[in-house]
Amino acid sequence: MTTWDALDIALMLGKIVVLFAIILTLAAYMVLAERRILGWIQDRIGPNRVGPFGLLQPLADVIKMLTKEDMIPKAADRFLFSVAPAMAAIPAILTFAIIPLGAPTVFFGHEVNLQIADLDVGVLVFLALSSIAVYGVALGGWASNSKYALLGSIRGLSQLISYELSMGLSLVPVVMLAKSLRLSEIVDAQAQMPFIVYQPLAFAIFLVSILAECRRIPFDLPEAEGELVAGFHTEYSGMRFGLFFVGEYINIISLSALASLFFLGGWRGPLLPPILWFFIKVALFAFVFIWVRGTLPRLRYDQLMHLGWKFLTPLALLNILATGWWLALR
Amino acid sequence: MPILTDIKEILTGLSITFSHIWRKPVTVQFPEEQRPMPPRFRGSIVLTRDPDGAERCVACYLCSGACPVDCISMAAAEGENGRRYAAWFRINFSRCILCGMCAEACPTLAIQMSPEMFRCKRQVMDMVYEKEDLLIDGTGKDPEYNYYRHAGIGVVQPRGSSPGEQEPADPRSLLP
Repeated sequence: MTTWDALDIALMLGKIVVLFAIILTLAAYMVLAERRILGWIQDRIGPNRVGPFGLLQPLADVIKMLTKEDMIPKAADRFLFSVAPAMAAIPAILTFAIIPLGAPTVFFGHEVNLQIADLDVGVLVFLALSSIAVYGVALGGWASNSKYALLGSIRGLSQLISYELSMGLSLVPVVMLAKSLRLSEIVDAQAQMPFIVYQPLAFAIFLVSILAECRRIPFDLPEAEGELVAGFHTEYSGMRFGLFFVGEYINIISLSALASLFFLGGWRGPLLPPILWFFIKVALFAFVFIWVRGTLPRLRYDQLMHLGWKFLTPLALLNILATGWWLALR
Repeated sequence: MPILTDIKEILTGLSITFSHIWRKPVTVQFPEEQRPMPPRFRGSIVLTRDPDGAERCVACYLCSGACPVDCISMAAAEGENGRRYAAWFRINFSRCILCGMCAEACPTLAIQMSPEMFRCKRQVMDMVYEKEDLLIDGTGKDPEYNYYRHAGIGVVQPRGSSPGEQEPADPRSLLP
């Protein structure tokens, strides 16, 4: 156990504050990027009025959300209704604690890991946090006491549980190759070659699963505005809705970060500084999220379950077997 | 295998949307850019002048009567030569629905629809247009037409003396 002095603690606090600010800013600009890119995909311009190129749009959105009337339906469970948005956003933010953002750097004569907690069981913590995120959806829909919200949250529950399975199973080969659950060691194991080269199938399964995990189109059945008004957050307005929204976008960023950690070698890359490489990779995945949203229509519910249980999960299991076989024979 | 065709279709879709990102947007950013409107578009209302440059409006109140939302008001006056004109003429564009009924009703083609779109204002009183705001210098859609040249001005010019006008019929001689 290393001893901690005041500078260590200050650096740790500094890391937390900086990371928190970065995440929230990125999530806000993710919303803007999504609206602009979706606009371009549809031959439109997108929001470009607030500030240069619309860059102040997130600020305007936040002001709008904060000044909206805060409504709680009469029949709602007031406590759960107020807690649910936080339960959706907090696990998404917590996930960032285990993500290594770059190579260890020296600040004030101290070597600092650009990672808040380098846990032995990083992968498991990530899976656990993404399971906890289900509660935000489930309780938000349940506490609203509205049929659309309830239907949305039931769908959300079963969808998230189903796709958690294939997501977890698609990470097993990565752990087998890296021989560690620690995220920094998984990144180190990709120093020669990123795992996407060895595990393209696991990568594909993981990508589809994180799309479903984020409740993004084509897997946005919990929200399904065409069928369920707005799904589990039908009754939410103002900043409570904003928190669900921010949580969703932070989730996109954190899952993009994890996808680049597990399969693209995290912050490793030639020439450019590590943090920039990491940012480029995360931005790439975030773009894929938006791009897929601009392309695919929503799946039907039975198609969603069929894809999860009858296709992705068996495929991920077969992939584990094949990887194990290959590792044993090598 | 159907899964391969599915993947192929998804990739085709993704490539199409990706190519659209680089296309020029079709958006027209309205106040800064304006699309040229077709000549019969009803964008705003103008009062036109006859080919000699005088006002066409004879203040007959037909437009105001035809208006379904009662947004046109005026007061008639008569010049020394017996020629009628509007002492004031007012259109409240905050009520106007740009239906074009006034232009259809006008016997002298004075009030016409213009393809140029009028702008919304912050103050509702700025949307009330007076005769000076409505009058344009041109003849609008029918450049030849001049009502008074055909009809004559009753007091000064005897009936039937205008070009293309017949002598007034004597109603008594028409009796059977």
